[in-house]
Amino acid sequence: MLATIGKRLLTVIPTLIGVVIVTFLLTRALPGDPAAYFAGPAATKEAIEQVRKNLGLDKPLPEQFVRYVRDLARGDLGNSLSTGRPVTTEIVSRLPASAELTLLGLIVSMAIAVPLGILAAVKQGSWIDHTCRVVATAGVSLPVFFTGLLLVYVFYYILGWSPSPIGRLDAFASAPTQITGFFLIDSLVTGNLEVFRSALAQLILPVVTLAIFSLAPIARMTRASMLAVLASEFVRTARASGLDSRTVIITYAFRNAMLPVVTTLGMVFSFLLGANVLVEKVFAWPGIGSYAVEALLQSDFAPVQGFVLTMAVLYVVLNLVIDILYGVIDPRVRLEG
Amino acid sequence: MLKGPTPEVDTGEALPLLDVRDLTVEFQTRRGVVTAVRHVNISLAKGETLGIVGESGSGKSVTSYAVMRILDRAGRIADGSVMFSNLDLRQIDESDMRDLRGREMSMIFQSPRLALNPIRKIGHQIEDVLLQHAQADKDVVADKAVEMLEQVRIARPRERYHAYPFELSGGMCQRVVIALALACRPQLLIADEPTTGLDVTTQKAVMDLVTELTRERGMSTILITHDLGLAAAYCDKVIVMEKGHVVETAKAETIFRNPQHAYTRKLMRATPRPGIGLRDLLPEEEAARAGAIGAAAAGSAAPLLKVEKLVKEYPRQGAATSLSRLFKSGPTPEGDVFRAVDGISFEIARGESVGLVGESGCGKSTTSMMLMRLIDKTSGTITFDGEDIGAIPARDFATLPQRRRIQMVFQDPTDSLNPRFTAARAIADPLLRLSDIPRKDLRARIEELATQVGLPLELLDRFPHQLSGGQKARVGIARAIALKPDLVVLDEPTAALDVSVQAVVLNLLQDLKDKLGMSYLFVSHDLNVVRLLCDRVIVMKSGQIVEQGLTARVMDAPQAEYTRDLLAAIPHPPI
Repeated sequence: MLATIGKRLLTVIPTLIGVVIVTFLLTRALPGDPAAYFAGPAATKEAIEQVRKNLGLDKPLPEQFVRYVRDLARGDLGNSLSTGRPVTTEIVSRLPASAELTLLGLIVSMAIAVPLGILAAVKQGSWIDHTCRVVATAGVSLPVFFTGLLLVYVFYYILGWSPSPIGRLDAFASAPTQITGFFLIDSLVTGNLEVFRSALAQLILPVVTLAIFSLAPIARMTRASMLAVLASEFVRTARASGLDSRTVIITYAFRNAMLPVVTTLGMVFSFLLGANVLVEKVFAWPGIGSYAVEALLQSDFAPVQGFVLTMAVLYVVLNLVIDILYGVIDPRVRLEG
Repeated sequence: MLKGPTPEVDTGEALPLLDVRDLTVEFQTRRGVVTAVRHVNISLAKGETLGIVGESGSGKSVTSYAVMRILDRAGRIADGSVMFSNLDLRQIDESDMRDLRGREMSMIFQSPRLALNPIRKIGHQIEDVLLQHAQADKDVVADKAVEMLEQVRIARPRERYHAYPFELSGGMCQRVVIALALACRPQLLIADEPTTGLDVTTQKAVMDLVTELTRERGMSTILITHDLGLAAAYCDKVIVMEKGHVVETAKAETIFRNPQHAYTRKLMRATPRPGIGLRDLLPEEEAARAGAIGAAAAGSAAPLLKVEKLVKEYPRQGAATSLSRLFKSGPTPEGDVFRAVDGISFEIARGESVGLVGESGCGKSTTSMMLMRLIDKTSGTITFDGEDIGAIPARDFATLPQRRRIQMVFQDPTDSLNPRFTAARAIADPLLRLSDIPRKDLRARIEELATQVGLPLELLDRFPHQLSGGQKARVGIARAIALKPDLVVLDEPTAALDVSVQAVVLNLLQDLKDKLGMSYLFVSHDLNVVRLLCDRVIVMKSGQIVEQGLTARVMDAPQAEYTRDLLAAIPHPPI
């Protein structure tokens, strides 16, 4: 198993090299002149040239690339032009916020979608099947900013059940000591229940927003995959040997149906991570999505570069986790590894 | 003096274990209700073995699913009664039925590998059944499962307990399925085509095992099969079904000696067996119309195809992968390769048909793929009409003119046709790609080919799913002969067909060969079929040729031990 993971990690190296090259070229291809932006609207031509020189943007591309890689090796992603703060620190502090939100959204979504999909497949054509279809279609057809605003309107403005949708904690709580960066976990570890409650209250609405959006692919994939497996011959054998429906559905059918579901989960997770920019905007969430968009709008290439690189690494790690999960579920994959 | 049995014993004997009366099964389909089984009566006594024989669509499997009440959701028992001992299986609750399944009545299925959960250890699958029916406590259940594996003659059962289905051969998987079915000592075993797709020697081993175990336990068995020979060899009583009806019920010996129903006679005629000719498979009137078969080709001086010391090696699984080879250079060690084909030599003359026979894994498919130039050889030569085509990389061969001269008919007539192509388009495919036939003549040529293979012209614009198995086979053959090839490789072309369709297709192949003067390489595991169509036979085992010679000589006086084993394993109907 360890050898398999090791081998799998080796194949990641070329991917990462490719990602580094592509991010570098991509940010250089962005429209807008960072030097002009940084120098300000009133700057003279000479001032802009001076800024360009300071930023190293006057050097030929290969030289810029070498410098970029050298900095990267030291963990230096450069400084943001607009805030002046190092990109690495920004990302390290903002990534856990995004990750906590996305992960929780995915977990909630899974907790609803997987059982719903199984039930829909087992009782194909019943009311539960139709409910599953309606819920999933509705969820995916409402844009996240709309669901988010609707939830804020109903639960904060009208009902007043939810705290004000600004940031990860309410104004009176202070962030727990950073351990994982996940407020829920950190506050529990340090035993600070007050902060835990506050963080959870802030999380509920954005998490529900994301969960509603990601219900559809997971529920539909679970249903389709379960239907295929339920029609297969080994399920017939299981039924013909009198196994009870629980064993047939869970041990025999669902474990086999999980493989495509796991693949879908990986895809849903990665696209949620990138696409929760809007949710972060609506809930004033200090995540990396909103950070990257602001930087992009200002032609601030270092944060964009850092963001793309982080996402790529996350994606690679995610795929690795999925591959390992595959091996755990399916013995046939283990052999080929 | 009153002799004879007491009343209780008497009723006990009169009461059959399974009594099916007037069973009618319907399926709800998009085109309305289809009746798959009509008014079927089956009576099975304790310890009796019953064969249900019929071709696809005869309703033989549906009957058994109805008895077990495992029809899929579209199917339902519309009429009739199913009595098991004294239980009315149509009336009892699903939970009671579930208790009966596996404990009192169980099933073994076709394609054993698919019948097992692919990601669960086989030992655990047997345990599931034992625990479900409370046949063992949790602490001894593992031992009981190992014991079951031992009873179905699986070597090293304790080790195999931890195996997954994909790690076992087809025959072994079927043994596991049998262990699963017999674990709770049921009274009734339904075997649905238990040996279809298995090699003939494996088939014999599996059937002997089933017979022995069921006889030992005094079980009743229903054997569902399309193979009359198999039913005759292993059953007391045989039921013949056609299109949902039972057409004949009789003792196994009498049904073969004296078949009453026309359909039974047709089925029997179509079953390949020793001592008959190809025309004898067809119904009498068609056989008369078909006329005599052309004489076997005289062995001309230069063979069409000459294979010398052909070898194909594959890297062993788990051996050095491309990645680790990247880091560790050096030659591959000897133990890392598997010789699928191990230095074989043979010839095929013009107009000759040669049978290539062997069990799965013997290298016959690899050989035919190399001759077809679909994969590259490791060493040796393949000389086709004086030219070493073995030297041409498989990748380049598809576009060369030689491609036209070697064509292939594939095993599965459904999978080998593009589902989005009409029959006409499928036949036109090689013409469009490899010949310079003018567009205006294309349709005429397609119709000519369809006529040659006996495909009605009005079917040409249908898609594969609108054609029957036999019609699809004809499309496949028409496609293969479209370019007037010299050599056609036939890869088990009738394995997926019913016997009556097989009879027609085999005769068609023979007629085409006589008319067009092609050579055939007929790859098959069925010696009786090879006997009918081939002039010479090559028997392969473990990548090597163990015997080759004229068909009659090899079949009637086999030299090699292995050929004798193969011939002995074929079940013979008592005719």
